[in-house]
Amino acid sequence: MLPFDFDYFKPDTLEEAVELFQYLDHNGKQPMFFSGGTELITLGRIDLAYTEAVIDIKEIADCRVMSLNGGQLLLGSTLTLTEIEETNLFPLLTKTASEIADHTARVKITLGGNICARIFYREAVLPFLLADSQVVIVGPEGKKAVPIHEIFHEQLLLNRGELLVQTITESRFIRAPFFAIKRRQQWETGYPLITVAALKIDEKVRVAVSGLCPFPFRSKEVEIALNSGQSIEARVEAALRVLPRPILDDVEGSADYRLFVFRNILTDALYKLEKERI
Amino acid sequence: MDVIGKSVIRKDALDKVTGRAMYTDDYQTVHMLSGKIVISPYGHARIVSIDTQEAWKVPGVRAIIAGKHFPLVGESIRDRPPIAVDKVRYHGEPVALVVADTPAQAKQAADLIQVQYELLPVVNSPTQAFEKNAPLVHERLGEYEKEEDSHPVPGTNIATHIKIRKGNMELGWRESETIVEASFSFAPSDHAAMETRCAIAEIEPDGTVQIMTSSQAPFMVKQLLSDYFNIELGKIIVRTPLVGGAYGGKASVQLEVLAYLASKEVGGRPVKILNTREEDILTSPCHIGLDATVKLGADRQGKLKAAEIIFLWDGGAYSDKAIDVTRAGAVDCTGPYRVDNVWCDSYCMYTNHPYAAPFRGFSHSELSFAIERTMDLLAQKLNMDPLELRYINAIMPGDTTPTRVLLNKSNVGNLQKCIEKVRELIKWDEGAISRVNDRLIRVKGVSCSWKTSTIDANAPSGAILTFNRDGSINLMAGVIEIGTGTKTVLAQILAERLKMDVNKIHVRMEVDTQTTPQHWKTVASRGTFMSGRAVLNAAEDVIVQLKEIASCVLRAPKEDLEIANSRVFLRDDPSIGLDFKDISFGYKYPNGNSVGGQIIGRGHYVLRHISNLDPETGEGRPGPEWTVAAYGVEVEFDLRDYTYQLLTAATVVDCGRVMNQKMAEGQVMGAMSMGLAFASRETFYFDKLGRVLNPQLRTYRPLRYGENPRYLVGFVETPQIDGPYGARGLGEHGVMGMPGALGNALSIAAGVSLHHLPLIPELIWRAKEAANGAPL
Amino acid sequence: MEYSITLHVNGEERIVTVRPADTLLYTLRKLGLTGAKPGCLNGDCGACTVNVDGWPMKSCLMLGVEAIGKKVTTIEGLKNSPIQQAFVENFAFQCGYCTPGFIMNCQALIEQHPDADDQTIREWLESNICRCTSYIEIEKAVKSVLQRKE
Ligand SMILES: Cc1cc2nc3c(=O)[nH]c(=O)nc-3n(C[C@H](O)[C@H](O)[C@H](O)COP(=O)(O)OP(=O)(O)OC[C@H]3O[C@@H](n4cnc5c(N)ncnc54)[C@H](O)[C@@H]3O)c2cc1C
Ligand code: FES
Ligand code: FES
Repeated sequence: MLPFDFDYFKPDTLEEAVELFQYLDHNGKQPMFFSGGTELITLGRIDLAYTEAVIDIKEIADCRVMSLNGGQLLLGSTLTLTEIEETNLFPLLTKTASEIADHTARVKITLGGNICARIFYREAVLPFLLADSQVVIVGPEGKKAVPIHEIFHEQLLLNRGELLVQTITESRFIRAPFFAIKRRQQWETGYPLITVAALKIDEKVRVAVSGLCPFPFRSKEVEIALNSGQSIEARVEAALRVLPRPILDDVEGSADYRLFVFRNILTDALYKLEKERI
Repeated sequence: MDVIGKSVIRKDALDKVTGRAMYTDDYQTVHMLSGKIVISPYGHARIVSIDTQEAWKVPGVRAIIAGKHFPLVGESIRDRPPIAVDKVRYHGEPVALVVADTPAQAKQAADLIQVQYELLPVVNSPTQAFEKNAPLVHERLGEYEKEEDSHPVPGTNIATHIKIRKGNMELGWRESETIVEASFSFAPSDHAAMETRCAIAEIEPDGTVQIMTSSQAPFMVKQLLSDYFNIELGKIIVRTPLVGGAYGGKASVQLEVLAYLASKEVGGRPVKILNTREEDILTSPCHIGLDATVKLGADRQGKLKAAEIIFLWDGGAYSDKAIDVTRAGAVDCTGPYRVDNVWCDSYCMYTNHPYAAPFRGFSHSELSFAIERTMDLLAQKLNMDPLELRYINAIMPGDTTPTRVLLNKSNVGNLQKCIEKVRELIKWDEGAISRVNDRLIRVKGVSCSWKTSTIDANAPSGAILTFNRDGSINLMAGVIEIGTGTKTVLAQILAERLKMDVNKIHVRMEVDTQTTPQHWKTVASRGTFMSGRAVLNAAEDVIVQLKEIASCVLRAPKEDLEIANSRVFLRDDPSIGLDFKDISFGYKYPNGNSVGGQIIGRGHYVLRHISNLDPETGEGRPGPEWTVAAYGVEVEFDLRDYTYQLLTAATVVDCGRVMNQKMAEGQVMGAMSMGLAFASRETFYFDKLGRVLNPQLRTYRPLRYGENPRYLVGFVETPQIDGPYGARGLGEHGVMGMPGALGNALSIAAGVSLHHLPLIPELIWRAKEAANGAPL
Repeated sequence: MEYSITLHVNGEERIVTVRPADTLLYTLRKLGLTGAKPGCLNGDCGACTVNVDGWPMKSCLMLGVEAIGKKVTTIEGLKNSPIQQAFVENFAFQCGYCTPGFIMNCQALIEQHPDADDQTIREWLESNICRCTSYIEIEKAVKSVLQRKE
């Protein structure tokens, strides 16, 4: 139950959505894009989110796209995670997404919402980081496709009033061998202790991580270390030395323990992906 | 036995699968106001100021209560202001209460109340609380009103101290060839009932106080409101509809007081307070934490000779029910073993944590972890099979309990039989450890428990039976349907006694303190026992009345009459008789003359021979009987990652008599599930300021579908002679052995002794690291 | 800030006044449909689960206004379904508080995956918490209906 009141808008097109945002922003309404809406609903009730105008974008056609053609996978930002799982066009994404929250919640949580979420795990972004995907953004300046690496640093760096429309992923990444695991504090429920998604392309292993730091990341330094040609153990140790900081230290697990877990996961990832070479 | 033992379908089944079942929050009227609590964000702080100005401006606000002195409340010691004044003592404590037309308005206003705090040093564990010079949670402990058998120590954080002194310790240690000593601890956690607590209060113009509440103890609510606020008992009516899970957590009286104060503030209008999940975890009482040290001595054969035990219970900021929990823990401190020399100090400590309610097992789920882990350490040191060690020490008729109650065939179950059965169930003899591959091993751990129910010496229960014109019977009893199915069992008891179809017995699910005969509280697995006895008593009353009128109509002596199938008939010629429907409202002769009248059955029961404990030695009879149980847990453990899966959990409990097979299994399995969750995942994480960092189900995580093991349940039936059809308590026992058995399995698996809960992989990893890093 | 909306609930058109900020759960309960329960209002427990357009939905995670134009089914709209019967026969509840949500989730599962394997059942049913039972009873109930469908 949200204590504050807001107006609810449901634009039909991207243009309308963008315009509405600007208009409402101009009028001090602190507008908010609303996709699955779970962030506003769950954080608003404990006073961690506020708005006076909700712009529900989830039925805008451009945001609902799901297509694989011309060697490109287009995924709309307001597809729900269960829709993505059920169609299973991108197996690594399916696997990663299917570990987020729980099945019923994923009927509501959307791809774009998870990538843009304030709760910092944003696990759904990991496959796109690995696949050098592009993201389609629309804003007052119009629509553009941007490489995800240019715009995602810890979070999607959108300008005020911009919104994520789609992701574009080349199909060769979709077919690449992958490894994905989510380890939690205990068993199958809860936020990640560490989530790792990895894939192998052009004989190189790529790794993206959530839950180790207070942001999801893919790190060049880590990948250089992992692909440096020594023993797996040595490469993993080298990778651990170049991790971004800080390492999370919270109720899910201490920093030391996370590193212990991460070491084992990386080792497993390398074993699995290297074996596939043989 | 026609009905007892059968898996009779629950009387509340249809309502519960159709959404018709009503719980407190489901009752809503148009003119009902909504109450919202403002809670303390800190564990210990002085309240410098409270500014309600902005909050008053929110439309719909009808009252704001803050900074007002009300009578202190609390069950054993009156140490708790219903709404904090001067200082807060735990994260989540109510500091103000807003009443508004809608929940949204109340929340809006509550958010606008500005409270300024000045932080005070925090007492963050019972061990810290026990230290000399620890900050005091209650500076004026000596001034509180209290019950006689609470023993607070002013100038300290000790809310009560229970002593058990049995036998001769010097002798005990002298006879002990092997001695082990170990310490254990775990933080408070939560009951996490799916229905958050809710209370509605209304004060009628004539002063009658109407309460509706999700409580296990409506009669206690009535009593305490009367005591606290000087209200005539007959003018308090407490109603409890179905309750959405309780597990002890709804035996405490808290929201009812707040709702009453709120209603009073708005001229008696009905006010509802529904806890958010966060409030239910933080503000309302929780599951107690414990720091324990256990020292056990055994002779060469492994026979226990001495036990010295210190319990420091984390009672939290207010003592409330923790005093009783502390006592209950002392009473059964040794676990279900014969020990002739016992020394136990059980302290209820004040800390700056949420305060404690009873939790399923009432101290036994907690103390069993400490005792059963120590038993395994002893077995290890003795080089003995841990199950065998338990077997040879198993408590038996002829032994005495720590409070020196002499046990007999009726008042204690057969633990050795339970152990034998669990040994078979978990295939113990195939070995405790087996290897799956180079990383995975499967390991079993075992434990035992016992429990008596420490309840008030004169705790009453009652039952009323009325008839319908068709000869069916209405059964009214004061136990609350919290999910245990007790009311269905009561119908079975009645059906069995009257030899009638259980479908012709209608039970009233809702309880109200005005028309339902009083039942003490629906806690301590006493529902079936006490209420069952009352129902049997009422059945006798009905039988006498039925026979009386039938004997008159049939012109036959009462002794010749028999009752079955809703009929009273001649024993030697069953064709001559009368249906209940023809006599339960009097008998009408063909000519219109009538005799007799409406039959109303009444029955009651009071526990007998319960006595207070001697304050110096603990001697006394704390409860009616001891139910015993044995447990096993098997895990698959990953030697590299220290992760594990639960494979099997088994409980064998001597329940005296299985009343309803499926319901009994369900109770035991559900309890195991809760015990495993407590043992393996659930805890409050506190920061330095005493704040609970995980007050949501997102971060406080009960077991989910699929995380559960396979469950095995066995029953031993050693009748308790005065129990209804021999039944003993059952609802709690599945929980009690789980932490110990899991801890034992994982300690074996990891090759390191584990002393804390919850048993998450990180904890095991940490223990391993410490062991590996320890200097040789 | 309140206005009237029309919702399609259990096969009926229902008119109800809401604030846009009201959740579907709150809205349904306001309509007297109290079968869906508040357990956390945070998407964590599943006690509020209903069915929206064929999918299980935590009604605390949806605004009432979002449900405009959608078909909402609550436990009250389920009549004599096999899964309800199976819950009764298998003693798949105790306090019953989680039951409406659990049943609605099970029902959606049975409709969408009549041949669901253990893995799928688990993935779906992880979404609800039952604090009373051991889940074994619920597993039995669901599987008994899935088998009947086969
Ligand atoms: C029960 C539960 C469990 C959870 N567990 C996990 C977990 O394990 N791992 C995890 O990563 N997360 C978890 N979450 C948090 C979850 O990440 C967020 O609540 C969710 O991802 C938000 O998705 P949404 O579609 O509801 O987004 P919304 O709430 O609609 O949006 C989230 C944010 O992104 C903005 N936004 C949405 N769409 C766009 C867009 N297209 N362009 C620009 N900005 C946009 C919104 O304005 C808002 O600020 C859990 C949530 C719940 C309810
Ligand atoms: S109330 Fe909706 S998930 Fe808990
Ligand atoms: S039956 Fe009580 S929570 Fe499921």
